[in-house]
Amino acid sequence: MKIAIPTDDQSMESNVCQSFGRTPYFMIFDTKSKETIFLDNSAAASQGGAGIKAAQTIVDSRVSVLITPRCGENAAEVIKAANIKMYKSINDSILNNFIAFSEGKLSPLEEIHPGFHGSEGK
Amino acid sequence: MRIAVLSGKGGTGKTLVAVNLAAVAEEAGYIDCDVEEPNGYLFFKPEHVRTEKVCIKIPLVDEKLCNGCRKCVDFCKFNALAYIKKLMVFDEVCHSCGGCMLLCPTKALKEKDKIIGEVQRGISDKVAVITGILNTGEASGVPIIKKLLKSGDEDAKLTFIDCPPGSACIVMESIKDADYCILVAEPTLFGVHNLNMVYELVKLFKKPLGVVLNKCLEGENPAEEFCREKGIKILGRISFDKGLGMVNANALIAAREDIKYRELFSFLLATVTEEVRDETVINP
Ligand code: SF4
Ligand code: SF4
Repeated sequence: MKIAIPTDDQSMESNVCQSFGRTPYFMIFDTKSKETIFLDNSAAASQGGAGIKAAQTIVDSRVSVLITPRCGENAAEVIKAANIKMYKSINDSILNNFIAFSEGKLSPLEEIHPGFHGSEGK
Repeated sequence: MRIAVLSGKGGTGKTLVAVNLAAVAEEAGYIDCDVEEPNGYLFFKPEHVRTEKVCIKIPLVDEKLCNGCRKCVDFCKFNALAYIKKLMVFDEVCHSCGGCMLLCPTKALKEKDKIIGEVQRGISDKVAVITGILNTGEASGVPIIKKLLKSGDEDAKLTFIDCPPGSACIVMESIKDADYCILVAEPTLFGVHNLNMVYELVKLFKKPLGVVLNKCLEGENPAEEFCREKGIKILGRISFDKGLGMVNANALIAAREDIKYRELFSFLLATVTEEVRDETVINP
């Protein structure tokens, strides 16, 4: 199983990035091979629809779980279409988020905020 | 002749100036291009309003023809497309560039019309009032601006274009065909910052311009200093005036309510028309 988290930096000590669509990196952890990779988020620089593109990247990496502080409605639609489960991150390092997740302490992400199409890339 | 009225942010008195200038001009046109928050019609209360819907073309996928090559997804720079087991189209994010439909190797993408807003035309006294309205959540008001400016009445008349605030591409679209630009500025440092932003934009388009200083108080006016420094023509000053604020807050047209304001704006209009005439003599 692969787990993804938006992160500010390429390190396990880094904090979870507050933006899903515009995060600089995604950290992807494979629970089977125990491999960790940091993926550049090419959507970060896009004019609009960053959430949609970031979600596509996550789906293409064959992730099954996404831990994120928030998610826009368009991105959520893409994530849900791929049956990826979303959990709400805690305000801590990515490492501690993993630990919390593996102990079953993270709750499913429920609040989906409306998109920013109005203010983005007009 | 088309005169665009601009400001760096909302609330500087852009609509006040545009509405009142149109009201004091004989047989003028007023086009509200602030399509996200049009409010000129609240003042004019136009009659005989005719409405026309504005559509854009967005892609509609025929799943039987789509082979999942994802060329369209990679191409769309607005990220309006995603491919998860099948193609997903995010209508609100699509900018209607048409690229994906041209590019699809299997012709799986057809055009479909989508209403994004409307244009309303009415009349208030002798002013032709044209309003553009963008539905909430839509990506871009540019198609509405295009329709608005095409529908603007005979160009011989004086037409005032109430532009959206700021300096985004929708503002550029609004001033593209203008013969002259009026920049409305507030007398604060922040006002100067906003003024500079639109000033740079208008300069880019090489349009002749002048500034109206609004909400003027006694004492220093940073916006006025800015104009002097840059050699920008000051077309007029509107002093901070509670009465004017009240009339405006009640959605009344000051120039139609009180002779004092009628004179103020008539004078401003005379200055503006003179400027425009001079400009057309120098740069025909
Ligand atoms: S380009 Fe055409 S065939 Fe390829 S994914 Fe898009 S719609 Fe399907
Ligand atoms: S028409 Fe243009 S903006 Fe719309 S989905 Fe196709 S490529 Fe993207």
